[in-house]
Amino acid sequence: MSMQAETFKSLVKVAAEQVIASAPELTSLDQAIGDGDHGTNMKRGCEAVLGKLDAISAQPLDEALKMIGKTLVMTVGGASGPLYGSFFLAAGEALSHDKHLPEDLADVFGSAVNAVSARGRSHAGEKTMLDVLVPVLETLKTAAGAPDLIERVRATANEAVERTAPMQATKGRASFLGARSVGHIDPGARSSCVLVQAVCASLEGRQDNE
Amino acid sequence: MSDTVGIVIVSHSRDIAKGTADMVRQMVGSEVRVAFCGGNPDGGLGTSVPSIIDAINDAWSAKGVAILVDLGGAETNSEMAVEMLEPARRDHVVVCNAPIVEGAVMAATEAAGGSTLAQVKAVAEELSAD
Repeated sequence: MSMQAETFKSLVKVAAEQVIASAPELTSLDQAIGDGDHGTNMKRGCEAVLGKLDAISAQPLDEALKMIGKTLVMTVGGASGPLYGSFFLAAGEALSHDKHLPEDLADVFGSAVNAVSARGRSHAGEKTMLDVLVPVLETLKTAAGAPDLIERVRATANEAVERTAPMQATKGRASFLGARSVGHIDPGARSSCVLVQAVCASLEGRQDNE
Repeated sequence: MSDTVGIVIVSHSRDIAKGTADMVRQMVGSEVRVAFCGGNPDGGLGTSVPSIIDAINDAWSAKGVAILVDLGGAETNSEMAVEMLEPARRDHVVVCNAPIVEGAVMAATEAAGGSTLAQVKAVAEELSAD
């Protein structure tokens, strides 16, 4: 297995395991302002990804990302399936069309974020996963090539997820609560933050070993 | 029977989806193909893209298929399922912006008269017009 494929495989494994470990927290956040299934849904999707990890990491990177997306779409069982699924499908699609990592990371991530926005007919500020993904995209653009990029991305995601607490939800089940959605962290923003942190941690571990 | 638009009902709850399909059949009998699904891939409350794809194919008609959904995730998963259909079918399936029970009954009644997919969708969506 190539170095890149090996890095990718361990990165996906760490990210999926982190989401699975966060399932109780995601569920409890979702019980506060939603239907309480975000943790179990994401866990189901990530377990399915782990179950196919060998097949996924045997693919070229673009196809591997699309396989992750399709697996999430088919197994998650809530709106987060198509939302996260579209994220990975679009990232894979961008890499199939002349984009390359790491140099085009912001572009590829941007395509993925746009796909989430289109799928959910939503944008930042509505108390959703986009409230983490959009700030992370901004940091990827503004800090591209910076030696401390990973650290800045982590900080961005951590701050962004906290900023969802005072927001009033206007999308998803939480919007049914109106003003009562204020004061709670959005579960989708939290799962996005968990994924971003896991990817950062995995890449940092890689750097430390080099 | 293939001369009428097919109806698919997608609820978070299999019981609601089945009950809605029962009400539809009471109106239109077997004149219209009706399929339903509900529940996540583990059988709990939620929706499942593979089940929605199967339901669309079960209700398939040359005139197309109209999908009625309950809440957000059912809509998002139905839109995703439509995009994953084979290309020849993709453009002949619509998700209606209508209440699930009334929408399904009215859509199926319209379909039974031989209306087009656009007409069936429009009738279901009149319910959400105001």
